[in-house]
Amino acid sequence: MRYLLGLIIGAATLWLLLSGVYKPIVLGLGGFSVLFCAYVCHRMGIVDRESVPLHLLARVPLYALWLGGEIAKSNWDVAKRIVLPGRRISPTIVRLRAHQSSELGQAVFANSITLTPGTVTVALRSGDAIVHAITADNATDMEGGDMDQRVRRLERPFGAPARREASQ
Amino acid sequence: MMFLVAIIAVVVTMLLILVRALLGPTVYDRILAINLFGTKTVLFVAVLGFLNGRPEFLDLGLIYALINFIGTVTVLKFMQYGDLGWEAASKEKPDV
Amino acid sequence: MNALIDTASWILLAGGALLSVIGGIGMLRMPDFYTRMHAASVTDTGGMILMLAGLMLQAGLTLVTAKLVFVMLFLLITSPTATHALARAALEDGIEPQVDHDKR
Repeated sequence: MRYLLGLIIGAATLWLLLSGVYKPIVLGLGGFSVLFCAYVCHRMGIVDRESVPLHLLARVPLYALWLGGEIAKSNWDVAKRIVLPGRRISPTIVRLRAHQSSELGQAVFANSITLTPGTVTVALRSGDAIVHAITADNATDMEGGDMDQRVRRLERPFGAPARREASQ
Repeated sequence: MMFLVAIIAVVVTMLLILVRALLGPTVYDRILAINLFGTKTVLFVAVLGFLNGRPEFLDLGLIYALINFIGTVTVLKFMQYGDLGWEAASKEKPDV
Repeated sequence: MNALIDTASWILLAGGALLSVIGGIGMLRMPDFYTRMHAASVTDTGGMILMLAGLMLQAGLTLVTAKLVFVMLFLLITSPTATHALARAALEDGIEPQVDHDKR
């Protein structure tokens, strides 16, 4: 129920921000379309914890901030490698273990890797991510497992104690 | 003035990307180039809206971003299965 | 204050333009498909974020900024997904990356 409510509130916010026309008839049509979409999604049985990840909401801003910093750093790094003359790349493929407990967490992990320039998730099979990195240093950084830890902290339910297994 | 510089940069990037799309060599290089061309188009539309003083253009950019993604995935699916229909579901490989 | 915001947005737009062109150059310079994806990533994230942020400063606190935020969010979610699908399709098709170290 709360996921359905979350979906309706989210869709209504999206509609209000994108529309910009607040006349009664337009608002009515908007409300109708939001409710209709929610009804269709409910009937399809796709409104659940995975498609409406409310539990991530509180932690996402901090993670997004950290990810933004990482993106800025690696953008600068890759841009330098492109512009400066000479071969400055050493492409590397590594296999990383994705320790996230949910598939959603693994998808967030894989997408975060791809989002930062210099590393791309090529495949994600049964908890193993095959990552192509533009330099050996980038690959070593990824093997450090910092991002894996952070995504695990992101998907952790509220009140649960922090798990701190060593990652390899 | 600053919008003009930005728009010129976007157009230059688009041209560079088009060269890659023409050179190939593999079909995946071309798909990558066209996907990138799509996101550049979104930027182009957004900046153009500001240049003309009509930011309503952003709605077009938003739709273009979504269609571009769907288009890329569709082309990839077609490449992999040679079919867009339900045939793919019966094969062993997972979806794109 | 206005001049300050204008300058900041100018810097952001110029940075975005620069990163975008650099990514375009990288698309031509990089030796194989997988390394080209990294170059594409530079224009897709860095160039796009900086440019849209510059536009946001120009728009101020209006609905236009909200739309710019949505464009950015959509692109940030869809572009890695598309890149990943592309990389996987290429690997499954048998296009082997030229690598210095293979630690699969």
